[in-house]
Amino acid sequence: MNPFEYASAPESTAIVSIKDRYGLFINGKFVAPKSGKYFPTINPATTKKLSDIALANQADVDLAVKSARATYVKVWSKMPPAERGKYLYRIARILQERAREFAVLETLDNGKPIRESRDTDIPLAAAHFFYHAGWADKLQYSGNGSEPKPYGVVGQIIPWNFPMLMLAWKIAPALATGNTVVLKPAETTSLTALLFADVCIQAGLPAGVVNIITGAGSTGAALVNHPGIDKVAFTGSTEVGKLIAISIAGSKKAATLELGGKAANIIYDDAAIDEAVEGIVNGIFFNQGHVCCAGSRLLVQESIQDEVLTKLKARMALIRVGNPLDKNTDLGAINSAEQLAKIKELSNAGDAEGAERWSPPCVLPNEGFWFAPTIFTGVSQTHRIAREEIFGPVLSVLTFRTPQEAIEKANNTPYGLSAGVWTEKGSKILWTASKLRAGVIWANTFNKFDPASPFGGYKESGWGREGGKHGLSAYLKASN
Amino acid sequence: MAENTSSRIDVLKTYKLFIGGAFPRSESARVYPINDFKGVHLANPALASRKDLRDAVVAARTAFPMWSSATAYNRGQILYRMAEILEGRSVQFVDEVSALEGVTSRAALAQVKESVDLLVWYAGWCDKISALDGATNSVSGPFYNFTIPEPVGVVAIFVAVKPSLLNFVGAIASIISSGNTAVVVASEKFPLPAITFAECMATSDLPAGVVNVLTGLASELAPWIASHMDIDAIDASGLLPKLLKEVKIAGVGNLKRIKVPMDIKSPRRILDFMETKTVWHPIGI
Amino acid sequence: MIVDSSTSSLRAFLKTLPAVDEVGAHARAGMLATRSIKTTSKSWAIDTAISMIDLTTLEGADTKGKITGLCAKAVRPDAMDLTTPSVGAVCVYSDMVGIARRKLDEIGGKSIPVAAVATAFPSGRASVAVKAQDTMDAINAGAAEIDMVIDRGAFLSGRYGEVFDEIVRIKELCGARAHLKVILETGELVTLDNVRKASYLAMLAGADFIKTSTGKVTPAATAPVVLVMLEAVRDYFEMTKIRIGVKPAGGIRNTKDAIKQLVLVNEIAGPEWLTPQFFRIGASALLNDLLLQRMKMRDGYYESPLYVTMD
Repeated sequence: MNPFEYASAPESTAIVSIKDRYGLFINGKFVAPKSGKYFPTINPATTKKLSDIALANQADVDLAVKSARATYVKVWSKMPPAERGKYLYRIARILQERAREFAVLETLDNGKPIRESRDTDIPLAAAHFFYHAGWADKLQYSGNGSEPKPYGVVGQIIPWNFPMLMLAWKIAPALATGNTVVLKPAETTSLTALLFADVCIQAGLPAGVVNIITGAGSTGAALVNHPGIDKVAFTGSTEVGKLIAISIAGSKKAATLELGGKAANIIYDDAAIDEAVEGIVNGIFFNQGHVCCAGSRLLVQESIQDEVLTKLKARMALIRVGNPLDKNTDLGAINSAEQLAKIKELSNAGDAEGAERWSPPCVLPNEGFWFAPTIFTGVSQTHRIAREEIFGPVLSVLTFRTPQEAIEKANNTPYGLSAGVWTEKGSKILWTASKLRAGVIWANTFNKFDPASPFGGYKESGWGREGGKHGLSAYLKASN
Repeated sequence: MAENTSSRIDVLKTYKLFIGGAFPRSESARVYPINDFKGVHLANPALASRKDLRDAVVAARTAFPMWSSATAYNRGQILYRMAEILEGRSVQFVDEVSALEGVTSRAALAQVKESVDLLVWYAGWCDKISALDGATNSVSGPFYNFTIPEPVGVVAIFVAVKPSLLNFVGAIASIISSGNTAVVVASEKFPLPAITFAECMATSDLPAGVVNVLTGLASELAPWIASHMDIDAIDASGLLPKLLKEVKIAGVGNLKRIKVPMDIKSPRRILDFMETKTVWHPIGI
Repeated sequence: MIVDSSTSSLRAFLKTLPAVDEVGAHARAGMLATRSIKTTSKSWAIDTAISMIDLTTLEGADTKGKITGLCAKAVRPDAMDLTTPSVGAVCVYSDMVGIARRKLDEIGGKSIPVAAVATAFPSGRASVAVKAQDTMDAINAGAAEIDMVIDRGAFLSGRYGEVFDEIVRIKELCGARAHLKVILETGELVTLDNVRKASYLAMLAGADFIKTSTGKVTPAATAPVVLVMLEAVRDYFEMTKIRIGVKPAGGIRNTKDAIKQLVLVNEIAGPEWLTPQFFRIGASALLNDLLLQRMKMRDGYYESPLYVTMD
């Protein structure tokens, strides 16, 4: 019996004010959907409804794209770049001011722990706007020629795992480079995007520069297929990414895709073991494992497997699963019933294929969608849980004998988004990094993001990069 | 706002130096008169001595480790905050600038707005300059080789005369954006906006000692600055050719990097006051 | 035996210890610092922290008056609230031990041990003979705990055998009469790798407690340093089934700091260490801040330092 049981420390929700129902944010104001339809959004930790969200149909998408185009032509493309940048600085500052409000709302709608939305998601989102604000009038130095031009109107579709952060990753560079946007948030997590519309209003952003249209898969498809957009930016599953690529083939639309991953987290025997264990935990349990770049395959050098697993299990026993609004919660709710079903299905496949499942003792709440942090040992490359993206708090553990074998196993996947390397030997870090076919490599750390650092994948993890100088080219037509 | 009755007497400002985040008078206790463009007395700013300079360099050197190791994001936010503060105080500067330089209020306001925008511009460079000037170099051999620009250290600045506020702001923003700290000699003729701007710096989370401002005679301070062995570089924009030559000769003692940047608004102005470091590391198991 | 006491054997063993990644250790300590400890757990933490304090005065200007005042405070920290626990120990220079022990016995503090700093504290720069005498003086005067310093000069120049031998020697002198805390002076060791190595050196040589600092050098008991030391005692227990205590000292000034330390103990070493038997906090000003927080939890409003005593 531990005498130091942390009492519950809930963050107050008084700071947010959620409307009963939200319209679409088009041309600087909220309007009712032409479809007349709404759908509920719930808090996945409790299954209680939070609000009703508008379902945009073809006509709504059309209106949004037309607004974006009109504003692009009449206002945004004519605005001096420095002034454009100042709007982004305003947005960044307002996000910093309203950070707590956004963090609480994000946790309510997404299910992630308040500590993460407060300390990671929202600060990074503000930083993305601040960073990109500074590029608006410096594009001639970005490596895209002396006079790069924006595409015009971009259609952006974002996922539910980091709703506000993904919004920032999309909107900030698009606006900085002079484009206007129509953005579709994920079905289960629209609330922070809709609150962001209010930030745009407070910042005085000209109407039509940012348009937010909520809805389901059909809304996204309508946006992607709309002839009035010049470019598509999508973050989501590889499966849907491929469908998008097919639907825009033959058109003039450019596209960037940030898709799935099955990252290898390689622990060499000369790693700083305690920090490596922490890195494993961060790699797969951060954000409930709903991370495209999650370190979902642990590749541990066979000679230290026992030691690492012992420490890992002891560490996992400290993971606090529960109320996302509790400041001490480490692992929150799974975002939806659908996602929970997928995680269960793949975990059951792991059992069936003969891998050995382990979770620390864990009391899961009765209401809501929950999954205990889980590891599978005795996993081979052929197992489904070693090939397919689970997108949940489930780690598959494999071993290797030599650095060459680690590389082979790590690269043996159609994905190529990220990877981790843990060793205290500098040359081995650099050698491993040079051999890994992945767009983001974390050495002696994991899941680190920064607006200045380009992010994106090799192979079926997608096309293009977001963040940094390199991320700008996604939104510019280069000149000489 | 004060009541607009002709009987009300204004409370005139005392213009002191700005060293280590505080506003001391010159240790020499000297001042010199500044008149407006019509010859009417405006103020008695401090006449900085070599000892004030010495103290300013100590303050700048002390502030350098922390400022240069702050994240670029943090430095950018502080520069942006300086812009916020300057924007808010625009009117205060308009009177000062137009009285000194003899320009219209409208032109003075335009200069203030341009100065705000220049601060914003440089704020946006802090976390991007390494993407511009850094590199990974394709050497022949199993080595990872990268080049990064780093701040040079303590930079002394002689501010060009006109436009008084714009030159001041452009000089310090470009130089401190990369992590340098500065000792600034305001222009002899138009020193007041520099001290008023120091009030902005003092209230915008800029750590004490990052920028220090001296008012006084370039001719008196230049020899001491040029020979000071703990100053790493000089922005000599405000020096006349004869004095510049003397400074270059005296600066040879520790091989100061002495530059006269061409543009007030250019990344070159940042890079002029940076060093370049290249690192090699083997790649292998 | 894991090692013999020769420098070469010790050096070989210390080299096998995994490295500490400084950024990662700081990140973990930082995450644990975000734990929000409220209501019942905060009350428990405050009382526990009070009971873990080695109430300390180590000044050249210490006098009988200062020591006896400290002892009174140690036994009864809050005269207006007798439910307040007593502290874990009183910590003084070796020549003040007698005064402290007599006073404590007079005022009902028989169960509070006197800890003495010894071995040419704080620098450790003296002959082994002087250090041994310093230790014996303290024990003979009634010290039940000895806080010794390691020879940092020897450690930093790689003479691990000397560091080891000194600790063994002092431990022998302590015998069954006193438990031994070994001060690593982590501020002078600088790197977390050194903290890990010095921790193991001390544990192998027989320390009952490993202690961060003398309190005379900053930085002292920073969270990453304490984290590494807690990992060391945790792993040492796995290896040997011997449970060694940890004492952070210096820089823990207020309740928030103290609670952060307890969270570190809880989540790094484990709840078995959450007792004065295995965790102490070397502090002086901390006690009053804990009392103010204790009063606030009891009364429901913010308190003033006027309502706690200086000693």
